[in-house]
Amino acid sequence: MTDIDDAITAAHRDEWARVVAALARRFGDLDIAEESAAEAFAVAVTRWPQDGVPPNPGAWLTTTANRKAIDRIRRESKRDDKHKEAQLLSDDDPPEPLGVIDDERLRLIFTCCHPALSMETRVALTLRMVGGLTVPEIARAFLAQESAVGQRITRAKAKIKAARIPYRVPSAEDLPTRVAGVLGVLFLVFNEGYLATGSDTDPVRQDLTNEAIRLTRLIRGLLPEDGEVAGLLALMLITDARRTARISASGELVSLDEQDRGSWDTGLIAEGHQLVRERLATGMPPGRYQILAAIGAVHTSARDVRDTDWTQIVALYNQLARLDPSPIVILNRAIAVAELDGPEVALAAVDAIGDKLAGYHAYHATRADLLRRLGRSKESRDAYDQAIELAGNTAETAYLTRRRDQLSV
Amino acid sequence: MQYMFSVIDDKTNANGPDVMAEITAFNDRLAELGHLVFAGGLDAPGSATVIDNRHGEPMLTDGPFVESKEYLAGFWIIEAPDLDVALKLAAEGSKVCRAKLEVRPFLVG
Repeated sequence: MTDIDDAITAAHRDEWARVVAALARRFGDLDIAEESAAEAFAVAVTRWPQDGVPPNPGAWLTTTANRKAIDRIRRESKRDDKHKEAQLLSDDDPPEPLGVIDDERLRLIFTCCHPALSMETRVALTLRMVGGLTVPEIARAFLAQESAVGQRITRAKAKIKAARIPYRVPSAEDLPTRVAGVLGVLFLVFNEGYLATGSDTDPVRQDLTNEAIRLTRLIRGLLPEDGEVAGLLALMLITDARRTARISASGELVSLDEQDRGSWDTGLIAEGHQLVRERLATGMPPGRYQILAAIGAVHTSARDVRDTDWTQIVALYNQLARLDPSPIVILNRAIAVAELDGPEVALAAVDAIGDKLAGYHAYHATRADLLRRLGRSKESRDAYDQAIELAGNTAETAYLTRRRDQLSV
Repeated sequence: MQYMFSVIDDKTNANGPDVMAEITAFNDRLAELGHLVFAGGLDAPGSATVIDNRHGEPMLTDGPFVESKEYLAGFWIIEAPDLDVALKLAAEGSKVCRAKLEVRPFLVG
């Protein structure tokens, strides 16, 4: 890769959302913003190798995209309002102070994650407009048809325009609930990267985990006081720190107790722990992501799995279950309970939620492991079979298959 | 920008006088704030007649255009600057009339 290629890649990563956001504000139309931004990057690909990388790539791209947008509106102006066009052309495009531009990116994220859009649409639109991922990339990430993803994004942009979904950061009273939706989108993106589904997909999609972390950092920079934003970032960093230890050379998932802790990324862990400590120091009651991050922090504090403070982990899960008594939380709590009170107590808790999680591979995998530890091999084997059938991640399927085949029946 | 709130109902008995009083109070508030364009409740679907004059001769059919469990029980047409404002008003409307609302923008231009 040449320096120019690197510069274009870096500009795309760092400037895409700024360019789209600036255009969306000026033209009030996500379609125009996105297509013009794409055109500006296409111009950069042909021009920068000849002319050199401009001193301020972001400003160059925004100016170029603005011109492209005006060209586009001129071309389409036959059926458009002439007055609007005249007004647009008279805008002499003053340079934006940096703070305002950052605020624009935040507006863009909140627009893409508006609660009037379905969760799937919010994910696709955020990855496209804010993350700069192409439609085929998004389709691949979520095992969807390209045409379906393309239509979803087109429909979303049309709805934003027709129903007049405002292009703004929600008011103070709406902010906490709206941030929750944004964080939900980013957590989905991260999880899909961390435990990628699909038989012909890499078990870990680092492009997605990195994108989720980058966008969460962006929100963190803009809402530094929000505990759940800090919590989600900490959770992602602490989880991502274990990435390389999680998949064996043969492509099999390595469970937490078998991971080589020496290969965990100490830098990411330190940053995650720092965020968790910062939140604890505020004395404010933690939300879901902060508790999950704290659980991750306890796991990553132990040098050896035998040093793990399970009492602390179960206490944190109890706290989480009070906030969110969902079957998935109960299931994860039971895994920790097994370490503290033994597999029999844990199995009783898991069996109690069986009717709600019958279609969830992790439920069967957890049962299989508990039954194995109780010496109930036949039942364990059946549970592994069900887990294997439902698991979508290649590394996880390999791991479950080996564990099943080790059973003495 | 105008939006229509369709009241989606799935029961046959009408709301009592206390509910009607709440709806009237809500409508008064909408009017005061300049949001109200028009609001009205509709009689039961059974009172509807469908007319089709696309083929030269009006054909009348007794009953609503679609038979379904849910039906249109009334509507508001309101004026709001954007969807966030419309959704806030619709949330109140749903509460006072004890029904789901569909929020839909009018076609512009």
